[in-house]
Amino acid sequence: MTALELAAEVRSGQRRAVDVLEEYLTRIDTHEASIHAFNEVTTDLARQQAQAVDDDVQAGRDPGPLAGVPVAFKDNMCTRGIPTTCSSRILENWRPPYDATVVQKVRAAGAITIGKTNLDEFAMGSSTENSAFGPTRNPLDLSRVPGGSSGGSAAAVAAGFAALALGSDTGGSIRQPAAFCGLVGMKPTYGAVSRYGLVAFGSSLDQIGPFAANVADAAALYEVIGGHDPLDSTSIPDLAPTVLDSIDRGVEGLRIGIVRELSGGAGSVEGIRSDVVDRVQAAAVALEAAGATVEEVSVPSTTLGLSAYYLVAPAEASSNLSRYDGVRYGLRVDAATTGEMNAATRTEGFGTEVKRRIMLGTYALSAGYYDAFYGKSLKVRTLMLQEFAAVYQRFDLLLTPTAPTTAFPLGERTADPMTMYVNDVCTIPSNLIGHPAISVPFGVGHDGLPVGVQVLGPALSEALIFRAAATLEAAAEMDR
Amino acid sequence: MIGHEPSLPDDWELVVGLEVHVELATKTKLFCGCANQFSSEPNTNVCPTCLGLPGSLPVLNGQAVAFAMTLGRALGCEVRPSVMARKNYFYPDMAKDFQTTQYDQPTNVDGELRLADGSVVGIERAHIEEDAGKTSHVGGGGRIGDANYSLVDYNRAGVPLVEIVSRPEIRSVEQARAYVSELRNILLAIGVSDARMEEGSLRVDANVSVRPTGSQELRTRCEIKNINSIRSMGRAIEYEAKRHVDLYASGESPHQETRHWDEDGGRTTPGRSKEDAEDYRYFQEPDLVPLVPTAEEVAAIDEQLPMLPAQRRHRLTQLAPNSADAATIVVERGQDDLVVAAVAAGADAERLLTRVQNDLAVDDWTKVDAEGLAALIGMETAGELTATQTKQVLAELVNHGGDPRTIAEALGFEAMSDDALAGLVDGLIADHPDEWNRFVAGDEGERRKMQGFFTGQIMKATQGQADGRAVADLLNGRAG
Ligand SMILES: [Zn+2]
Repeated sequence: MTALELAAEVRSGQRRAVDVLEEYLTRIDTHEASIHAFNEVTTDLARQQAQAVDDDVQAGRDPGPLAGVPVAFKDNMCTRGIPTTCSSRILENWRPPYDATVVQKVRAAGAITIGKTNLDEFAMGSSTENSAFGPTRNPLDLSRVPGGSSGGSAAAVAAGFAALALGSDTGGSIRQPAAFCGLVGMKPTYGAVSRYGLVAFGSSLDQIGPFAANVADAAALYEVIGGHDPLDSTSIPDLAPTVLDSIDRGVEGLRIGIVRELSGGAGSVEGIRSDVVDRVQAAAVALEAAGATVEEVSVPSTTLGLSAYYLVAPAEASSNLSRYDGVRYGLRVDAATTGEMNAATRTEGFGTEVKRRIMLGTYALSAGYYDAFYGKSLKVRTLMLQEFAAVYQRFDLLLTPTAPTTAFPLGERTADPMTMYVNDVCTIPSNLIGHPAISVPFGVGHDGLPVGVQVLGPALSEALIFRAAATLEAAAEMDR
Repeated sequence: MIGHEPSLPDDWELVVGLEVHVELATKTKLFCGCANQFSSEPNTNVCPTCLGLPGSLPVLNGQAVAFAMTLGRALGCEVRPSVMARKNYFYPDMAKDFQTTQYDQPTNVDGELRLADGSVVGIERAHIEEDAGKTSHVGGGGRIGDANYSLVDYNRAGVPLVEIVSRPEIRSVEQARAYVSELRNILLAIGVSDARMEEGSLRVDANVSVRPTGSQELRTRCEIKNINSIRSMGRAIEYEAKRHVDLYASGESPHQETRHWDEDGGRTTPGRSKEDAEDYRYFQEPDLVPLVPTAEEVAAIDEQLPMLPAQRRHRLTQLAPNSADAATIVVERGQDDLVVAAVAAGADAERLLTRVQNDLAVDDWTKVDAEGLAALIGMETAGELTATQTKQVLAELVNHGGDPRTIAEALGFEAMSDDALAGLVDGLIADHPDEWNRFVAGDEGERRKMQGFFTGQIMKATQGQADGRAVADLLNGRAG
């Protein structure tokens, strides 16, 4: 049953939200220990909310489009009175005094807050192995990672612990775990969804987006969370996030480009596995069969994306994470002077990857290095924007793999950060230029694990990418 | 024009640039809705944003921007497109451990401040930034190194500031004082700040260096902080300049550093030196969008600018060219509109300015209106009232208002018309023939002595209300 069907049944009084919730809680009870999707299951709050939804239905009030649907939140979104840890020791037990805008919106839509999900510490990672509270496992194969950094959210939906989940995507952190767990995951246009209450990693890159088991559910959740928020200055004014009503219109007549540099063939970045390439080709065939024209297109600057990203994101992170100093909240490790207390707190509170990125970013912003590093990465972003703008003169959408491989085994890449970073090569361009992108499952690789294909579009083309995703989803089902 | 600087030998010249921080009198803080209020209970005007809580975001206060641009225009600055930037450094009262400020693209550049003495000091920039919280060190005499613990009040965190940076064009302590007081007058005139140095809403740092008189070089400067009054500023600059001259005289030179003014000790003490200066790793604030004022917005600000102190002084000196000092004082007291209206109502401008400067130095002069003042000055100019009488009538006007002629009559001054005085003089001459003969026939000394006698008698008879000069004229006229 889809989340939308579930909501329809709850709204019409066919099923009670409290009963739905207990089914989910039972599954969590049974399987969570082996998966570790959650940092916190908010059982009491969820039961209260479900009861309130049922009361609304009883009283003839409409609880909203997501009535009774259990939703999991990545644990970097602030939830009032509920620990929000970013899977970091430094924020262990920190309870925000306020809700993120998306949390409020999801609640207002009648959804049930079922828990806070595990992530790579401060969203820095691609496997959810960088969590201070232990890794999350892929529900499809417990020896493998769920991807990251929103691995807990992906695992929660894949394991049936939640019908929907929210993740945040700074360089692919929604789309790659969606691909690894066989889900739909979408990163909206920068500014389409409020970042208020999302604990910042790379402020100019971060966007919140939906995870769902199918395209329509993801579209429904996007509609709930999208739109202008006066509390986020980078939020787009007067945005109506309407995507569901056009989702079945297909791709007839659309011009779709396959990005050569991410195609695995000649002129492509290395490391994209052939079985993944095959699935992208199959997706292209499916789109053509549905009436689109598909041809290869070169976007050379995509090869610069990884280097630019690993300067911009750490630079912004180094500044965003300065506030964890032991003075006001979170961990404090006492020492003789304030400076020593700051250092001791941060030494103990942050994990290795976070420290690595803070140092990287601090260095990239330093006097004498700014122009060579941070300054240059800004130029790459400008160049990419120009190239993509030119490409979108000739194409409506672009098609790439979501990740170079399927879900890899736990521990395989933790020793060498570079092999981990390369994971993001296909997803990073959308973050650097602020464009929307979606990952849709499209069959399996030769290891039998799901492969995600990625549809990219220009700014505010959400309706179009959901249409293409729905087309691919239908084709994949036919294929099965 | 520029005051003599007594503490420096003639062959050394003072070079000072001032950095003035001004708290803007907005209702709310720069990036959140918290009250911008002095003297509330500690940590009561705070919210997630000004406490820098994880996930919080800034929203720029439009009122603060308008105030900053108004100040820029009042200082003759160019108002330009600008961006906010992050200045990264760790300090407990800096809630985010970075200050949101402006760096390479400030809102206001290239202005000037025209002082009362006619000199002009260039303004390099006037940029928008946020204030920090307030730290108090408890125990150990309140010094950071010896304190048992420290308390931070974040009520001030996020209060909007404009930092006005002068060019190093100030050449004397008097000019530095005049600069600050003129800046203060402008701030009060345009109503963007209460500019109270004792409450910290106007704070001055002085960059001090010296150079051989006549040279154009800029030598190593020291930045003097912790200046709490205009008087301290003068002492601090004087002390620091002398210190530099002494160093050069002994073959040494100062090194660039921040120094603190020690009010009790009457000296500056070393703070942070350039060598261990922090690298602030400035970069554009990704959570805010650029400020792009349109030509229309700037024109609207210009239109609404009130008359500024320099213009007000100019207006008075046009009317009374010989009363420049009085004009400065009268403008500072805000009495210039009254003066201009009284001149328009027929008062003699020079005499009026003298009267207002000397005899209207009271807090509440609202009962004095321009017509009454003009009538009073007219009576004085016509000789109907003596100086003393004029002052008495003016005092009555200040206290009770009313018509000066009626007041003069009520005080019995109207009897002192020319005819009445002439009658008194003639009567005296008749009563004292011997003295009169000595006045008419005596030598210079005898004549002066007898003039004193007659004037004294007249004064006794009129209880001091006669005009001494008119008496002398009458005596001389009668003597032929
Ligand atoms: Zn606040």
